[in-house]
This record gives sequence, structure tokens and C-alpha cells, in this order.
Amino acid sequence: MNLSRLKKLLSGGGVRVPHHKDTANYPTEQLPLPPKIVLPMNQHVGAPCEPCVKKGDHVYVGTMVGKAPSPMSMHIFSSVSGTVSTVGPILYNTGKGDTVVVVDSDGLQEPDPSICPPEVHDRESFINAVSMSGIVGLGGAGFPTDIKIQPKNLSEIDTLLINGAECEPYLTTDNREFLEHPDSILNGIRACLDYLGIPRALICIEDNKPAAIDLMTRKTAEDERISVCVLESRYPQGAQNVLIYNATGRTVPRGARHTSVGVMMLNVTTVSSVGKYLKTGMPLVTKRLTVAGDAVRDPKNLEVPIGTPIQDVIEFCGLREEPHKVIIGGPMMGSAQMDVNYPVTRQNNGLLLFGAKASEKPNATACIRCGRCINSCPMGLSPLAIRDAYVKYDADRLDALMADLCIGCGTCSYVCPAKRPLTQSVTLAKNFLKTKRNRGKN
Amino acid sequence: MDKHTSHLVVSPVPHIRSALTTRRVMGNVIIALLPALLASTLIFGLRSLLVVAVTTAACVLCEYLWCRIRRLPNTVGDLSAVVTGLLLAFNLPSTVPLFLPVIGAITAILVVKELFGGIGCNFANPAIVGRITLAVSFPARMTSYFFPAPLVACDALTGATPLAVTAEKLSLLDLFLGTHGGVIGETCALALLLGLIWLLATRTIELTIPLVYVGTVAVLSALCGQNVLYQVLSGGLLLGAIFMATDYTTSPFFRSGKIIFGLGLGIITCLIRFWGNMHEGVSYSILIMNLLVPYINAKFRRTPMGGGTRS
Repeated sequence: MNLSRLKKLLSGGGVRVPHHKDTANYPTEQLPLPPKIVLPMNQHVGAPCEPCVKKGDHVYVGTMVGKAPSPMSMHIFSSVSGTVSTVGPILYNTGKGDTVVVVDSDGLQEPDPSICPPEVHDRESFINAVSMSGIVGLGGAGFPTDIKIQPKNLSEIDTLLINGAECEPYLTTDNREFLEHPDSILNGIRACLDYLGIPRALICIEDNKPAAIDLMTRKTAEDERISVCVLESRYPQGAQNVLIYNATGRTVPRGARHTSVGVMMLNVTTVSSVGKYLKTGMPLVTKRLTVAGDAVRDPKNLEVPIGTPIQDVIEFCGLREEPHKVIIGGPMMGSAQMDVNYPVTRQNNGLLLFGAKASEKPNATACIRCGRCINSCPMGLSPLAIRDAYVKYDADRLDALMADLCIGCGTCSYVCPAKRPLTQSVTLAKNFLKTKRNRGKN
Repeated sequence: MDKHTSHLVVSPVPHIRSALTTRRVMGNVIIALLPALLASTLIFGLRSLLVVAVTTAACVLCEYLWCRIRRLPNTVGDLSAVVTGLLLAFNLPSTVPLFLPVIGAITAILVVKELFGGIGCNFANPAIVGRITLAVSFPARMTSYFFPAPLVACDALTGATPLAVTAEKLSLLDLFLGTHGGVIGETCALALLLGLIWLLATRTIELTIPLVYVGTVAVLSALCGQNVLYQVLSGGLLLGAIFMATDYTTSPFFRSGKIIFGLGLGIITCLIRFWGNMHEGVSYSILIMNLLVPYINAKFRRTPMGGGTRS
């Protein structure tokens, strides 16, 4: 591992970003129950759920409201008890539409009477239990966890990587998960190791979370299958391919899944949620958010019912100034929202409010060819060359430059002294290349 | 409900940017050049300051007028013209008549930089081409080095750069402090090294190119039986290696390419110095290697992670 870290250091990929992790020591608070929740049917990678309730139905906490139409999807559960008031459409700022189920809370928070801890005794029953848990990749990817834990080459998987790097600035939710629910994390990890037959687990934490490292090291001292892997705080340490390389020294080949190198990776909050579900049988209905940014009066770590409109969260934390940018997720990869009535979904882990000055768009000037984007790209790409090839729509050149390897981490735009929107260019190039290839196949 | 919604900014990721700007990069280079400017004033007197001021002003004015005439956004604020002006002035003797820097500035800014598309598009280092144009056009005026009014005590009075004076050897201390003849900015090795430290500390440049360049010259000098320290400290080697060869636009991106670039610079410099009929080879070696940069960049690149194998 030391050798690979040295190699990584020499290659110079990644960038040191300011951490802004001021909320790292703020214990999680409960958001007061919102009057209504809005549950979009598409809160994951894969086919959107189909609403299985109708207007006027009474639901409990943990009652299924959206049913997954295919295995590559994940059920959605109500986070409040109350009455379904609307099943209707919503339009996102991406231009995509979705169906939402709106539940008016009755304030009682009665759990669904049918909820009981799942009976798990072997691999099949474990996977079945996870498929009923509502858990998806909670680090932000939203990939259904039950699909993730049954790769085709499960017998070849020799390492379970627990991603607790949390390399995005501001966000401290994974840090709080370590500090507040270490036993759920370990339960989840042990269940995965036992039922999936994986020999070892590595809990990967960036070195800017000393308390979490210390606690997890002590907790895992007895268990020789589980160890803590401390990583340098360098963005994007938590990106899948980067973390796999830095923790195990393995390189995921171009176009392959990370399971092809014998690794299964789960976010720490995901695995902790699995641990909690196995114990209680309550599906995923709440999510911890870090609420921060210079426009927030009281930055907090908040446990929020999934489906709570952003507006309710903003009102609870208070404002120091009028927010000009509302970001769901971290500042490097999160998406800027145009409407504060959008709900919190299960793969969200941060809500950032930036004031007028922090929201100003930098003025892009001419490229000075300093090479910072190239030398800091964690995947070793050449954003500058990819951009030049993209403006010429040169698919062959983009293929040679391997634009499809881009993980969209935003490092190139971050480091650019000319403030050019390189990440955007490379993302466009990547999508262009994908379209071109798909057309070639047909 | 909608009071926070109307004016929300929606923009692509990332939502934070580094504090580094083009202006700050150029500002760091200017700061790194200040010790050499101070040293030159002490060694060659106030006349050298005048030459620097005229050259820099000519470069900035040239860029301003170009932007004005072409109705382009004014790019003077990025300070790159100031850097070019300072570097060009550092390549002139302090005795130079003041119309020379103006011609050099026009060549550097207008011909080499703006005609090719402005900052980031120049095919070679503008200051180097400016200097070469002047050296070729006005050889006598460009090599009349002497001390007009030294403010520091020094005993040597040389009329030529030390590389031209093979018989009388300066003491190494004189070479290191720069108290000898030469162009404005190149003589004081101490000041140039201070500049290098600043550039490295602010991460403006990487050490690779200066190290490989100077290292190659040192090794080749030793192999050819020359005095190594004498070759390294005299002439424009340090100025060229630290400030001219590390120009972003005209140097390779990758470390492997930078090593090749530095090796090429060192070899060409030594070929010219030891076997050419000129005493100084730094400018020409930088120009030649500048022209090879696109090919070096095409040949020496990093394989993206996972790009070596494809499934």
C-alpha cells in the first residue's frame, strides 16, 4: 500500500481542497416533523417505482408507497404516518419529469404494524431482506444495494471496501455515522462478510477524521477480518476507482465494473443502514444531511424524513443572508437547485446554501496551457485536449483520449486558473462519445 | 414559499473554485523576478531600471493597443504582458539605446503572441524571440556590456559576458553575486535562485525543467572538460532555465516530457557554447525546444488510470 501511495503522490492526481468541515463535531439533530412529505418515485439508478397507494390512503411510517417494477430498482417507503394527498407529476430542473406521492403527516409517526426484523440465515434470505430495505448507494450514487451485493463474480470478491472517505468539502454525515452508529456499521459489515462469503473488509477513512479513525480502530481491534485503512485527505479520495487504487493498489480496467478487480464497495452510511434494517426491520425512511454554507445561520447535521421539502430544512436552520445558490450534495459534485420546494431524496447527504458572493460565476478567460487540469486529474486524463477534440466533434480522438473514463469529480475546473468550465466540457464530450458509440452499434 | 426561488443561481459543478487566477500566477512570476531587478539596479545602476521600465511599458501598451484596435476584451489585467516585458528587459544590456526595447516589445507581443491568438497560443516564448530578433538585428548594441555606475564595490571591468572571456576568469563569488558584465537580469545567480524558491513555494512552476536543464549542462560540461560551476553560473543559463524555459504555453505538460525538454535544452546549449561560433546558446536552445513542444506532448503522455487494459 505504501508503494501505491508513493506512486499516487508522484503522479500528482487529485487536489487539496479546503475542508470547511465545521460541522464535524455537531451531533445529529432531529428535524421537527414536516407537515407534508413529497416522495419522488425515482430516487435511485434504474427504473422509477410505480406508486402503490392512491389518494386518500392511510400510510404508516415504513409503509411501501412506491413499488420497484424490476430488480434494477428499489422500493420507496413513507417516512411519516398520515394520508396520501396527491399522486401526481413533478418537473425537475433537468427538464425530466417524475411521479411523486405526497403524504400529509398526522403527527403520530405510527410505525407500520407489519414491520418486524427480517429473518436472515443464508445468502439468499440476506439479499431478499436488503431488497426490501429501501437502501440504495447513500453516498450519492443511488445504486440499488441489493443489486450491488450480488455481482456475477461474487466468489471472486476478496475485499469489502467501506467508503468513509467523505472527500467532499463541508459534508460531515459519514463522519457522524462513524461516531454515532459504529455498531450498526459493524453489524452491516459482518452481515455482508458472513452471508456473502467475503474474507475481509477495509474501512477507508480520510485522515481529516481522527475521531472516527480512532473509534473504528478500537472497535475493530478484536475482529481480524475488519481493519481501518487511513487515506490522505485529497479530493477525490472517495471516488470509486481512486479509492480502490489507493486502498488496494488495484486498477479498475477501462469500461469494467469495480467488482472485476475483486472488490465490493459500499458507502459507510449504506452499510450502517443495512445493519440497522437487519436489527429493526424498519426500511430506510430518514437521511442525515449536513446543512452548511455561508448563508446558513446555524449549520447542522440533521436527521430528515426522506421527502421533506428543502424549504422546511432551510427554515429550521435559519438564514444569515438570502441564499443565491442552493446545492444538494457537496460543492464539488452536488447539483444546484432552482426550486426550494424540491424534496430531500435518499441519496442526498448535504444541503449547501451559498450567499451572493459565493454564488458568483467566475469569468472564464483564455487557457494559458499551464497543465494543472492534466496533472491534477485523478484518472490521468487531459481535460484540455478532450475539450479541444469535443469542440471539433472528433469521436475518434475522444476515444483515444479515453474521455469515457471521466468520473466528473470537478477537479479540473476547480484548479483552472483561467476558470474555464472544463468539467462541463469533458462531461459533454463523454456523453457525446457514448451516443456515438451506441449509434455505431445499431 | 417562492421567495428564495426566483433568483437562485443554477450552474454546473464544481461550485467552488481555487483562489488561483491567471493574474495571480503572473503576479507570482513578477514577484520572483523582483530580486533580480534589485540586483541589476545595484550592479548596473539606475539606467537598467529605465530600460526595464521602457520595455515593460512598451509590452503592456502594445497589448493594450492590439486589444483596442481588434475590439477584443482588454487582457492587460492578466499581467502576462508585464512578465514578458520584464523578461525581455532582463535579456538586454543596460547600455542599450531605448528604441531597441520598443522593437523587441513589438516583436514579442505583437508578432509572437497576439498574431498567434494571444495568451496561451504563442508558439515560442515571446521574450526569447524578442531577444533573438534584437541580437540578430543589432549584434553590436546587444553585446556592449559594461558597468555604468556600480553601486557595489567590484573590481572586474569586463566588456563582455564571462563566457566570451575565456582567458581572464572571474572569481566564483563574483559569478554568484553577478558583479560582472552581462545583460540586466542574468548575472546575479543569488537573486535568480531566490526567485526560483518563490516560484516553487507558491507552486507556480515545477522544479523538473530547471533541474534537468542545469543538470544536463553541468554533466556535459564535466564530460567536455569545462569548468562546471563556471558554465552553470555564467551567461543566461539560470535566467533561461528558471524563468524562460518554464513558460507554461511553451513547455510540455507531463513530467516525462519535461525531462526530455530539459535534456534537449541542455544538449543544445552545450553544443552552441562549446562548438558553435556564439558564446551564448540559451536563447536559441529554448527557441528550438519551444518549437518541439507539441511533438513532445504528443509522444510523452500519461496513460489514464485503467486505460492500459480494456474489457
